[in-house]
Amino acid sequence: MQEAIGLLDILLLIMIRGLSTTLALTLISLLFGFLIGTGLALMRVYGPIELQWVSIGYEKIFRGIPLLVLLFIFGAALLGLFTWAGSLTNAVFVAAVFALALRSAAYQSELFRGSIMSIDPGQMMAAQSVGMNQYQATWHIILPQALRLSLPGWTNEYAVVIKDSSLASAIGVAELIYQAQAFTLDYPALFLGIILVIAIIYFAFTYPVTKYVGESMTTKLRELGLGGGK
Amino acid sequence: MMTKVIEVKDVWKAYDTLEVLKGISFDVFEGEVKVVFGPSGSGKSTLLRVINMLTPPDKGEVLLRGQSLMDPQADLTKLRAHIGFVFQNFNLFAHLKAIDNVSIGPHLVLGKTKEEAHDIAFKALEKVRMNDWGHHYPAQLSGGQQQRIGIARSLAMNPDVILFDEPTSALDPELIGEVLQVMLDIAKEGTTMIVVTHELGFARAVADEMIFMDHGVIVETGTPQHFFQNPKSERAIDFLHKLEVLYGQAETDIES
Repeated sequence: MQEAIGLLDILLLIMIRGLSTTLALTLISLLFGFLIGTGLALMRVYGPIELQWVSIGYEKIFRGIPLLVLLFIFGAALLGLFTWAGSLTNAVFVAAVFALALRSAAYQSELFRGSIMSIDPGQMMAAQSVGMNQYQATWHIILPQALRLSLPGWTNEYAVVIKDSSLASAIGVAELIYQAQAFTLDYPALFLGIILVIAIIYFAFTYPVTKYVGESMTTKLRELGLGGGK
Repeated sequence: MMTKVIEVKDVWKAYDTLEVLKGISFDVFEGEVKVVFGPSGSGKSTLLRVINMLTPPDKGEVLLRGQSLMDPQADLTKLRAHIGFVFQNFNLFAHLKAIDNVSIGPHLVLGKTKEEAHDIAFKALEKVRMNDWGHHYPAQLSGGQQQRIGIARSLAMNPDVILFDEPTSALDPELIGEVLQVMLDIAKEGTTMIVVTHELGFARAVADEMIFMDHGVIVETGTPQHFFQNPKSERAIDFLHKLEVLYGQAETDIES
């Protein structure tokens, strides 16, 4: 009995401390990945040849390095860059955001580039023929459509990032896995229970989101005649 | 003295080795309706795209009210706002409702407030008889309705001239009439128009001049009467005869 109450207390602590860190890590990384990824995609599609090369090079590099290596680069080798964050806890968190965001940007860039290029060229022509400049046409016509088109695929990227954020435990970010490991050092008997609950938490934050956003967006896209699958 | 709205001067355009336009020249005056027709591949659509510089020509010049669109100093974006364009495939902005498709130009390009742009758009929608459909997305509308929104989108910019690129070619036959009616209305109101079309009934009703193109050159020009009664060139006679077979004697009324 004592044991069971102990497990619930521990799980509650893991949930409160770990889950909030995992979600913060995921959402902040996705946001920066989105901003950088959009920029890279625009450079790749509309930029001069030099910027296209920068974008292509970036994608190749960050898609070619394992996340764990990136985490060690930012969270250990270059940790000194993040001392401005204050404490060591904050510094490794920022380092993990860098690793996750920069890698996610490479994948999001590919996703957005595909969406931008799948927009009918007639949309750009129509925008130009009402007198919009390239910037206005991109911002008001192409990007809104491309981003809508990207959303079903983007939920996939969310699923990847939230699960991969667990690797940040390796550099000491106190997210779900890190908390679980910390507690199992003291309570090895509870390891299986803790790890199962954590698996359920990841699943609960992954599957319903991808299913709901994917399906509602697909419906919306069909309404707009923007493809959106079957 | 009539003012020239558009001057096309010896325009040439090639795609790689394929010469699409080979020295096209003509003027369009205020309030004039020009109908351009000819076999597919004759360069008609390219000509329209050259006029608003979606496809800049290799050689020659296009002037809008005396100002060259080729001038490197010219603000092409600004000049283009004066030239309406109606596409064969409508090209409505898919993520915007009908009313926003029409108001976005006046708002973004002409600098109107949202409310002003909305009023302008509503009036334009009234003109094409689509004012009850403003809150629909393009994909929810029929082709004929979408094309009328496309026309309203051009009208809302109050352009100097509207270019129509085969505006009814992508429509089911029963939807062509509603679009042609709108085009007739605005033509009769004095809108300057260059229309690429094979709708000879439309041409007969409102065209001031018809231009017959083939293989990148203007073969023959004249009034609708001229073409319907007495076309001169072998190629025009042949092409009109083909249209006659397609659409029936009553439509083309060529005297053989």
